[in-house]
Amino acid sequence: MDLKDKLLSSFLAFENNMDLEHPVHEERSEAIKNFEEKGFPSKKEEAWKYTSLNNLQKVDFSIFPKQENSLEYKDIKKYFLHEIDTYKIVFVDGVYSSYLSETTHDGVDVCLMSSAFSKPMFRPVIDVYFNKAASKEESLTTLNTAFCREGAYIYIPKNKMPKKPIQILHLATGNEAALMLQPRNLIVAEQNAEVQIIERHQSLTDNEVFTNSVTEIFAGKDAIVDYYKVQNDNNNASLVDNTYISQKDSSVVRVHTFSFGGKLTRNNLNFYQDGERIDSILKGVTILGEKQHVDHHTLVHHAQPNCESHQDYKGIFGERSTGVFNGKIIVDKIAQKTDAFQQNNNILISDKATINSKPQLEIFADDVKCSHGCTIGQLDEEALFYLRSRGIPKKEATALLMYAFANNVLASVRIPELKARINKIIANKLGVRVGFEL
Amino acid sequence: MLKIKNLHASIDDKKILKGINLEVNAGEVHAIMGPNGSGKSTLASVIAGKEEFEIKKGSISMEGEDLEELAPEERAHKGIFLSFQYPVEIPGVSVTNFIKTAINESRKARGMEDMPANEMLKLIREKSQMLDIDRKFLSRSLNEGFSGGEKKRNEIFQMAVMEPKLAILDETDSGLDIDALRIVADGVNKLRSKDKAIIVITHYQRLLEYIVPDYVHVLHDGKIVKSGTKELALELEEKGYDWLKQEAAV
Repeated sequence: MDLKDKLLSSFLAFENNMDLEHPVHEERSEAIKNFEEKGFPSKKEEAWKYTSLNNLQKVDFSIFPKQENSLEYKDIKKYFLHEIDTYKIVFVDGVYSSYLSETTHDGVDVCLMSSAFSKPMFRPVIDVYFNKAASKEESLTTLNTAFCREGAYIYIPKNKMPKKPIQILHLATGNEAALMLQPRNLIVAEQNAEVQIIERHQSLTDNEVFTNSVTEIFAGKDAIVDYYKVQNDNNNASLVDNTYISQKDSSVVRVHTFSFGGKLTRNNLNFYQDGERIDSILKGVTILGEKQHVDHHTLVHHAQPNCESHQDYKGIFGERSTGVFNGKIIVDKIAQKTDAFQQNNNILISDKATINSKPQLEIFADDVKCSHGCTIGQLDEEALFYLRSRGIPKKEATALLMYAFANNVLASVRIPELKARINKIIANKLGVRVGFEL
Repeated sequence: MLKIKNLHASIDDKKILKGINLEVNAGEVHAIMGPNGSGKSTLASVIAGKEEFEIKKGSISMEGEDLEELAPEERAHKGIFLSFQYPVEIPGVSVTNFIKTAINESRKARGMEDMPANEMLKLIREKSQMLDIDRKFLSRSLNEGFSGGEKKRNEIFQMAVMEPKLAILDETDSGLDIDALRIVADGVNKLRSKDKAIIVITHYQRLLEYIVPDYVHVLHDGKIVKSGTKELALELEEKGYDWLKQEAAV
């Protein structure tokens, strides 16, 4: 049985444990129909030309994992940004771990989707927001919607800001030989609210993991949302991350994606600007080696006038790694005075590494500023010689140049401890000791 | 200290240096002058170890050790310093962090511990004052958005901090106004000592009024066609290079 059939037959069993009267279940039923019709995307589709899910579909994934684990905080501490105090929402093999988490209802809600689905007090928010930004057409998104049950639920009311940043951590223990996870997150920042979120998916063994995640983010008028995705997973872990962001007037949403590991990572990052004077910021640093594969698919839809978007993705590809950047910008006819900027710079440090970079601009308004640039090159030999002539060995000099290359993206990280952590991951990845932080 | 014997060097099979002989002893300052394209910058790059250049014939040695097989960083660890004609911009790495990294990597290569932070701070402060460098300048990204003069001053600042045995200044005077030139020259002169040597590469005589050389060599078409004392520089300033080219052709 291939994965699609297995999922379809599992849906019936899944459904039996759900509240069939809940309006969300209607969404699930619709979604599974869409997935049944479309199935997994194939390389024949333009959007999946460079990323194949074929091999994943041959793996016999467990859909409902055993719910037993004996994880201690000390075992997983290193996957947290533990240098600062944060709220934590932790899932172990897809199941919420109250033991490892620190949630709150003190003025803001930092808790679970399962609670939000089942408790009446959250119903108004679910009714207004759930599945309103996510696609009802894209097959993997609808697959996630069909099986939605658990994930992070974050609700920040008007004028509020949580006391500390929030970390969402999805752990896979390896209890199953192969595990499929489908977390579903909902994040709502109402008018003038602000929130900082760090998200990480981490497999603790070399067992196969396939995560198909959907996150919806709503930013109300004047709201500010910072979302950091840290992707540094094991070599048998694959992730399809579908993030949908809907923004109201004068809101600012910044999404940073740091991709340093994993077997196959696909980031579908979709922004919809539903108001004026909105700023959308998409930044990424990708550093890959071995046979790792990362595919960034971004979409910024400018649907109203006077908005901005800034995309800046840097990639460094070594060994046999492959990268994809596909940046789509849509400017509706009404969206005059749009200022959309997109940049994708890549360095290939091996003859066997590949990058496919494709800007895609669809502009229907006539008074806009849209620019895009893409570069693919090698490390600057002259710069390398300059550093080496000052006594810095080749390996360290190469690392410094890579830091310099990724610097624009790192500079906009607003949590200093996170920036330090990212620096450390990069240094480890490059196998160097760098005596300072950027 | 530095001995260059019959040095031939090429890039992409294009011959640039065609038999250079030069001996620089500790305590000496040598000026190398010559028209554009004569091979001055190539000579500097070859001494510093730039890998694009291939040594076809001859040898370079420093304190008796052959340099040909040494990487640029190993030459730096031996005390060779090249002040670049066009310093490279490195965004995101501050001048201070760059200098710290350079000093500590050189110490590591010599089997020493990192320089203690307070000592480093003192060294950087002292040398930046000597070159009239503002503190704000030190936290800026290396060479990024620097004016031509700032870049050159920053090169000499690095030299002052690293205290090389052999400093090669490649067209350090280009892009400097007269005030900056004086400050830079003062910095270089403070490095002069009986156990250190300096090679000044320049197109014009102007810099040599401030950094007075012991010897002047004229490079033309990959060869040293004339050597003399500081008076030769003045003669060149007056007559230009054409008479030497003609002399060389004969």
